[in-house]
Amino acid sequence: MAVKKIGTQTVKFNSPPVIIGTSTTVGPKEGEGPLSEYFDIILKDDLYGEKSWELAESKMLRETVKAAVKASGKKMSDMEYMFSGDLLNQSMSASFAARDLELPFFGLYGACSTMTESLSLGSMIIDGGYADNIIAVTSSHFSSAERQFRFPLEHGNQRKLTAQWTVTGSGAAVLSSFGNGPEIRYVTTGKVVDLGIKDANNMGAAMAPSAADTIVKHFEDTGLPTDYYDLIVTGDLAQIGKEIAEEMVLDKGYNILKNYNDCGLLIFDNLAQDTHAGGSGCGCSASVFCGYIYKEMMKKNINKVLLISTGALLSVTSTQQGQSIPGIAHAVSIVNKGS
Amino acid sequence: MEYIRAFVVGGLICVVGQLLMDGTKLTPAHVLVAFVTSGAILTAFGIYEPIMKFGEMGASIPLTGFGYSLAKGAMDSVKDGGLLGAFTGGIKATSGGVAAAVVFGYLMAVIFDPKSKK
Amino acid sequence: MKKQITRVNKEKEYEEYVKNKVPKPNYLLNCLWAFFVGGVICTIAQFINNLLKNSGLNKTDAGTVTVIIMIFLGAFLTGLGVYDKLGKKAGAGSIVPITGFANSIVSPAMEFKREGYVLGVAAKMFSVAGPVLVYGFGSSVIIGVLYYFFIR
Repeated sequence: MAVKKIGTQTVKFNSPPVIIGTSTTVGPKEGEGPLSEYFDIILKDDLYGEKSWELAESKMLRETVKAAVKASGKKMSDMEYMFSGDLLNQSMSASFAARDLELPFFGLYGACSTMTESLSLGSMIIDGGYADNIIAVTSSHFSSAERQFRFPLEHGNQRKLTAQWTVTGSGAAVLSSFGNGPEIRYVTTGKVVDLGIKDANNMGAAMAPSAADTIVKHFEDTGLPTDYYDLIVTGDLAQIGKEIAEEMVLDKGYNILKNYNDCGLLIFDNLAQDTHAGGSGCGCSASVFCGYIYKEMMKKNINKVLLISTGALLSVTSTQQGQSIPGIAHAVSIVNKGS
Repeated sequence: MEYIRAFVVGGLICVVGQLLMDGTKLTPAHVLVAFVTSGAILTAFGIYEPIMKFGEMGASIPLTGFGYSLAKGAMDSVKDGGLLGAFTGGIKATSGGVAAAVVFGYLMAVIFDPKSKK
Repeated sequence: MKKQITRVNKEKEYEEYVKNKVPKPNYLLNCLWAFFVGGVICTIAQFINNLLKNSGLNKTDAGTVTVIIMIFLGAFLTGLGVYDKLGKKAGAGSIVPITGFANSIVSPAMEFKREGYVLGVAAKMFSVAGPVLVYGFGSSVIIGVLYYFFIR
């Protein structure tokens, strides 16, 4: 019997796993953004001393894991599983990092939803009694994503106004069955939702329906009021997607206008940094959560957070074959102990 | 005077491209292909020749001008050499530009590295 | 079958809804930039062409040498990392001229250097230029053949 399952898509943990440490690495542009002070490592050069953008991204992920484990006060050998994935073909960053870290590794692909996907699975493993310490980590890199999904860097094209800027960044969180820090109370696993958007330059609109669906399911399943959370934050819907998600959730009778924001809007100053609709990428929600949100939670400035990382499950092949963009969103409810 | 004509004709051709890019879902690659092909077709119908006379480099430098050279080369060669000219003429007329693009393209790629965007 | 129909309606409805949310590009400003930059590039070419003609080259050769020089400039500015910044403002103004064709060759070639000189640089340099050549050469041959049968 699935005793920890509530409603249709939500899990409620009996002994909630604790996030005992996090770390973040971001690129130079993110380091100039509004959340600058919350990031642990800001790279001066986003090639990070490597030969290619892909290797730089993998190194970023690897070093962020090391820093997060150190911050948690544990040893690398205490980590029993690593849950990770990224945007590159066949998850190059995550698997190459896992090779060097020598950890038991579950490779995930959830596009930009990977942060909450890895937190969800990690929490279930811990609450299920299969491990005491796991690491959840993901990354993205502007230059490696750009060449895989869009144009070469030096190509003289104009970005669309709806386009988003892939965040160069990585965020890692160490989950433990015991320790100090905010705990993960609920996990709501999203369904793939696709309302037929085909424009790869408007991923916010493609992902918003799935985010709205998961948010509504979370409140239906848990019965919590929407103002229970200090912050409801989606991964990378950016300007257009955020507006759509707000309205779609409101349409279903849940008002989140007051406490809702989006990591893609938090990480950049869109006008000053010319990032058009906002940030995107796995590293967007990863670095905003593991940096800004986690640190504010440790200071008790924010106590209850619903984090919904959002992913656009497109590929270069699917776009070229004229297919629409399926969206996915997973919600993780993170709450400070005692509140 | 020919400078102003080149400026205006070249500018206007680019505006057509801009409207295509902003108003439709065409990517830069689609726009370039469309311009070469339409340049060749307009030449075949005798429409591009007067534009070329009037705008000079303003009509020759945009990719429609590449299409013009291809079509004109093919037609001229057919006139002189028969059917074989249809196959050799266009490429012969544009071979200098194509070879330059390949050689300079390769050279620059070897010398320079792409820079990350800020 | 019924489910299929409602799904299509829902997608149409959503598409309309999203369309209203999407900010419109500033057509006038974009076109002015494209006009100005495209015009300037062509004027520079005209200047080079005049110089060549004055130095004694015939009209056809002067045209070819001008194109070669413009391609070199486009390729060189791409290598220096200037052309993408120009393209951001100028849009089609720097894509449509032959310098933009050079940019579309050099940018992927540079980008894929780490994948090697054969399957990286040499293969990828034609990712945009290849289609242009295919359709350009293709239409020139078709036009030549039609010309042979119907006009000559």
